Amino acid sequence: MTLNRFLPLAVLGLLFGAGPAQAAAPAQPKLIQRGAYLVSIAGCHDCHTPLKMGPKGPEPDLTRLLSGHPDSLKMPPAPKLPEGPWGWAGSLTMTAFTGPWGVSYSANLTPDKETGLGSWTEAQFLRMVRTRRHLGQGRPILPPMPIQNLQLVSEPDLRAIFAYLQSIPAVHNRVPAPVEPAATPIPMH
Amino acid sequence: MRALLLPALALMPLLAKAPAPPRLLSQTGLYAAPGVVAARNLAYAPQYPLWTDGAAKARWIHLPAAIDGRDEAGWVFPVGTKAWKEFAFGGRKVETRLLWKTGPRTWVFASYAWNEAQTDAGLVPEGGRPDAAEVAPGLRHAIPSRMDCRDCHGQERVEVLGFTALQLSPDRDPNALHGEPLRPGLITLDDLVARRLLRGARPDLLTRPPRLEGDPATRTALGYLQANCATCHRADRPIPGLGLDLRPTHVFRTALVPGSFPVPGQPDSRILSPGHPERSALLHRLASRNPVAQMPPLGTVRVDQAAVDHLRRWIADLPVAPSH
Repeated sequence: MTLNRFLPLAVLGLLFGAGPAQAAAPAQPKLIQRGAYLVSIAGCHDCHTPLKMGPKGPEPDLTRLLSGHPDSLKMPPAPKLPEGPWGWAGSLTMTAFTGPWGVSYSANLTPDKETGLGSWTEAQFLRMVRTRRHLGQGRPILPPMPIQNLQLVSEPDLRAIFAYLQSIPAVHNRVPAPVEPAATPIPMH
Repeated sequence: MRALLLPALALMPLLAKAPAPPRLLSQTGLYAAPGVVAARNLAYAPQYPLWTDGAAKARWIHLPAAIDGRDEAGWVFPVGTKAWKEFAFGGRKVETRLLWKTGPRTWVFASYAWNEAQTDAGLVPEGGRPDAAEVAPGLRHAIPSRMDCRDCHGQERVEVLGFTALQLSPDRDPNALHGEPLRPGLITLDDLVARRLLRGARPDLLTRPPRLEGDPATRTALGYLQANCATCHRADRPIPGLGLDLRPTHVFRTALVPGSFPVPGQPDSRILSPGHPERSALLHRLASRNPVAQMPPLGTVRVDQAAVDHLRRWIADLPVAPSH
């Protein structure tokens, strides 16, 4: 097919939704299902769903699914660590961390409009991943969030993750802002 | 079939991909000859400049037609507009950025890094260049990525941030931090109107040009926040979960509420705490270059001490219940 003949057909394809990208896009329930699978195998729950103590030891608090560090758990000042090789510490909930980067808290990923991702657009979520910046335009995303892994995720899969996160119950939970480290950095070696 | 094809083809310019930026700065239309800026490109200097670690800046714009100035806070530039901004450190040109409007809704962003001989500048890859020049011992200037450019200039509705009614107002703030005095050759609103390069503006634009309200210290502070903070912190481009608007007419409405922005050692901190600079997260962040806290998060590695000093005094002198 010559270019002259192909171009109008391509335009029509875009206009009437017959393009290959749209044909391949899964319907919303499938998209959400795919997102749930990805969130599960990528270990998002490890830090974003707080742990609570159960009869057999620590277990995910499913009433706070993916809602990040509980705002009811006020952390005392971070412990002063010795000069290596111990370099970081975490809370029992696995949602608060201290290390050379300062103190960071896992974010609320639920669709709560005030404290979670409820007012985010998909584009803002994608920009957050691409830029590795908080809210897509602020400070760097902090450890221990493996944002570099998320950057390797394909765009369709990122869209699926976002669709799933928008589908789960909203939890109103205002996660504290991170705390910058003391002026003297902790030696890494 | 033809009936379907014609409207589809009419949409093609909107679907067309933006052209790639030229490989060399000298190919962008800035210069008439090496080192000689073309006469059609107009030099300008915003009254409230953005802080870029003390860089010396020069700016030019090419307007192929008049700006639609009906919305004074959101000028619409004609297709074909090009704006350049040159950054120099220690007397050497380091980079020149280009904003080029190629279609009704498309802009090309490009950065050019100057060569050793200072004869031309080459296109920087899309991801930017983190180590472009030393701006102070141990501190390096980074040429931003194109994504970073859009963070400040906008995603869909792109703005030429230093080229606005307020920034070009002939009623300039004589105390603007790092402001350049107007010199012959720098255009203002009057020149734009005289050259018929601004249409649809309010009739009294020149007799009552834009001016920030308040005492001199407040004007200077609000102008600084407008240029350095409000390009991101503005209600018309909301940052999720952050109801902060640092545009001059909104600062006191949004920055006084308690926020989740800690200032180390200050449990009762706010974004702006009148009478208490030590409790003001805004000042703390402006004075920090720790990545967790620094503001702005892009484009600077050195604290703007003059701004920190001015804002500290201004916040200390602010009445506890501002009347704004």
